[in-house]
Amino acid sequence: MALDPRVPDGPLEKKWDKCRNEMKLVGPINKRKHRILVIGTGLAGASAAASLAELGYQVDVFCIQDSARRAHSVAAQGGINAAKNYRADGDSAYRFFYDTLKGGDFRSREANTYRLAEISGNVIDQCVAQGVPFAREYGGQLDGRSFGGVLVSRTFYARGQTGQQLLLGAYSALSRQVGLGAIRMHTRTEMQDLVVVDGRARGVITRHLETGELKRWSGDAVVLATGGYANVYYLSTNGRGGNVTATYRAYKRGAFFANPCYVQFHPTCIPAAGEHQSKLTLMSESLRNDGRVWVPKKKGDTRAPGQIPEDERDYYLERLYPSFGNLSPRDIASRAAKRMCDEGYGVGPGRQGVYLDLADSIKRLGEKVIRERYGNLFEMYEKITGDDPTRVPMRIYPAAHFTMGGLWVDYHLMSNLPGLFVLGEANFSDHGANRLGANALLQGLVDGYFIAPQTISHYVADSKPAPLSADHAAFAAAEQEARDRIGKLIAVNGSKSADVLHRELGQVMWHHCGISRNRGDLEKGLGKIAELRERFWREVRVPGVNEEYNMALERALRVADFMEFADVIVRDAIDREESCGAHLREEYQTPEGEAKRDDEKFCNVAAFEHKGVGVEPVRHIEPLTFETLHLSTRSYK
Amino acid sequence: MNFTLRIWRQKNRKAAGGMETFKVTDVEAHMSFLEMLDLLNHQLVEKGSEPVAFDSDCREGICGACSLMINGEAHGPLKETTACQLSMRHFRDGETITVEPWRAEPFPVVRDLVVDRGALDRIIEAGGFISVGTGSAPEANVIPVPKYDADIAFQTATCIGCGACVAACPNGSAMLFTAAKISHLAHLPQGDPERERRAIRMVEQMDAEGFGGCTNHYECGEACPKGISVSFIADMNREFLRAAAASPEFKAVEPPIAKA
Ligand SMILES: Cc1cc2nc3c(=O)[nH]c(=O)nc-3n(C[C@H](O)[C@H](O)[C@H](O)COP(=O)(O)OP(=O)(O)OC[C@H]3O[C@@H](n4cnc5c(N)ncnc54)[C@H](O)[C@@H]3O)c2cc1C
Ligand code: FES
Repeated sequence: MALDPRVPDGPLEKKWDKCRNEMKLVGPINKRKHRILVIGTGLAGASAAASLAELGYQVDVFCIQDSARRAHSVAAQGGINAAKNYRADGDSAYRFFYDTLKGGDFRSREANTYRLAEISGNVIDQCVAQGVPFAREYGGQLDGRSFGGVLVSRTFYARGQTGQQLLLGAYSALSRQVGLGAIRMHTRTEMQDLVVVDGRARGVITRHLETGELKRWSGDAVVLATGGYANVYYLSTNGRGGNVTATYRAYKRGAFFANPCYVQFHPTCIPAAGEHQSKLTLMSESLRNDGRVWVPKKKGDTRAPGQIPEDERDYYLERLYPSFGNLSPRDIASRAAKRMCDEGYGVGPGRQGVYLDLADSIKRLGEKVIRERYGNLFEMYEKITGDDPTRVPMRIYPAAHFTMGGLWVDYHLMSNLPGLFVLGEANFSDHGANRLGANALLQGLVDGYFIAPQTISHYVADSKPAPLSADHAAFAAAEQEARDRIGKLIAVNGSKSADVLHRELGQVMWHHCGISRNRGDLEKGLGKIAELRERFWREVRVPGVNEEYNMALERALRVADFMEFADVIVRDAIDREESCGAHLREEYQTPEGEAKRDDEKFCNVAAFEHKGVGVEPVRHIEPLTFETLHLSTRSYK
Repeated sequence: MNFTLRIWRQKNRKAAGGMETFKVTDVEAHMSFLEMLDLLNHQLVEKGSEPVAFDSDCREGICGACSLMINGEAHGPLKETTACQLSMRHFRDGETITVEPWRAEPFPVVRDLVVDRGALDRIIEAGGFISVGTGSAPEANVIPVPKYDADIAFQTATCIGCGACVAACPNGSAMLFTAAKISHLAHLPQGDPERERRAIRMVEQMDAEGFGGCTNHYECGEACPKGISVSFIADMNREFLRAAAASPEFKAVEPPIAKA
């Protein structure tokens, strides 16, 4: 099937205007007759829901937490990018676009990426007007900083809690509409399935987490803003509730899943301390500005870091990448750390960690300055590890963090299933094979405030969906399937908690489809996943019944989907015989370990069509063409 | 480490609850309090018993989901630390630990340690926002905000909405929660036009939900994992009185938002 990205023609900087000018509109009275279902209340979902309700649509919003304000966007620390050029340091939409496209290793759609940069300024305006307390300078103007290997200062921030503040802004806009009666908010309500009628997305089936009630919701369009799937690795920086269920169910109903193998591993997380670790905590990358990364030169050295003299330390990032050193991009830093540990140089319990040492900066700038910069991170680190980073070097290790892959969407953020819109981390669109720091928060808000409300209006005007009763057979069938699945899970009555099996899956993914990959390991991984999935359905134990607040059931349902979805990730990683961005195939690298792209064969988006569990999906291709930029090779040497 | 846990169990909103005692073994000092509960739950599930229900998501102290009374203290013994960030090294091996849900009229128990905090959302829905539609915002730097004001706004905006303040207060008051949002928006020029209406609407919603009044125990400030100062309660009272005195809206406010 040909994938039509619906990118308007004309020059890059005019495309979005052209698209907006050509889109159809819905009259104010008619808007009231249409119902939109929004799944997710992170930056993407909350902003979209609020904006749609303001336009006059009837909106139903769902999330799994007990309040919309707890979506995992809340945990983002660093900042949000926008090409405001307040510093007159030469920033522009074009430069921002260029950095993002290059950062993504030329694997994103040019027009989408440009639009992200183009609209970025409006997002900051919107957030400030809502009362987001961004950092200010003494003159009252917004403060900015530079982030993640970018040469201009375009990152706006609110201490180390930018995600929280942006989310509370979007949540307040959402809450206003709830108070006005324009939005019906359904918390602790999890999407179980997508309902497709005549090839169009027309509704969802949900399970209420407190009562187990399965319910049908019919709408004129469905918006998925359900976040990323990094929890397939079990340990990740995502929240405990992070899942692939909503997007995976849509995939099983015919929506294409694009580039599932693009997963970003964040280099500066606190290493796992033991078997019962439930998630990994990220330490802002900004630490790399003042910290030096090292391991002992001797394998298996068990001395305390202070006992290891200077000439017995290997500052490997400085050694391998002299020009960027400790500030090398995320994927490079992550891979190097893993390589050091795999070769036996790791430190700390389990030897899965490297040092991030602030001693030199403290000597140079004084402890006070360093504390001012990173005080809150030090506290967080000390709470978790019991060590004070100003006395003992921090230990860090990479962790699964962000998923660039997601449901395939066109320029309108609509999937190949008409009526299904996918926003935020759940879609695949803007970041290519690697996301730049502070671009994800932006993407969520650009999608939700400024793109989807307009493109959804166009869809409604253009396709004029007729009212559809939730008594339709497709709803009944989807509800029954959900009920059967739950019954089947409870009936297994094995001996293991879903978490234990999930942890095993995470191990398989980490070792076979992790930071660096090769065909042999990937193929073995595929076999292990199939085996594990089969074991899951024999060994899992879900006590209790559906009709209650059942934590074990809730988790088991999500893990069951991860067990199936992992297969798609690995297959994509096998097919993509090149290294690009965060996807490193060991067979395709230079002798110095630099990624080697293959633009002849893989300058494209791979979008998978479901054909059955564990069955090879059909791989559709959207070729990527670059009108403005020439493909160039990334080098951080 | 090994612990004896006394935990509140309650099947659903209507059922009567009670304390149940569990032993949990092989706890490691670096585990968080929630990971210790995870461990207990694995052991329960593998025996075929239902796990102890509790809320959590981010597990790094920012989403506000976790909500445990640990030995009678909201989020446990460590200052400015949520239960998810509290590690077991702060407990003595062999200790008996009591774990209960947030207790307050407006927070009904859903199951075990899980409560319904929808009342806090409704307080925000009543007025905790600035009415600015998407796309109608002026250029961000057109209105300068003094750094001092931006910093105060941030200090209050940092509230994670966990409800520890309510749980810690002998009166079950949500004053600190409400004050934090009112102060946040009152300190910004963007929040000025709706200042009176906001104060009135939010305070009235708070009362309608059944939260108690403040009689200066200041337990809320002690319990707040983000260290939000009780002095903001005085600010809120001032805002409310100012609004009541000045605003014609005081007479014309809409009825509070009803529970769904
Ligand atoms: C620790 C951390 C730090 C980060 N720091 C930064 C940063 O500094 N800058 C940056 O730009 N990005 C950062 N990111 C990335 C960024 O935060 C996320 O990509 C972004 O916030 C995702 O937003 P979202 O709206 O797509 O999804 P989320 O915020 O994840 O929201 C998902 C929503 O979907 C709901 N949901 C999920 N599944 C279901 C279901 N089955 N049924 C119903 N509802 C469902 C959830 O309840 C939730 O409301 C960070 C990420 C992490 C984890
Ligand atoms: S789980 Fe998010 S604050 Fe504790």
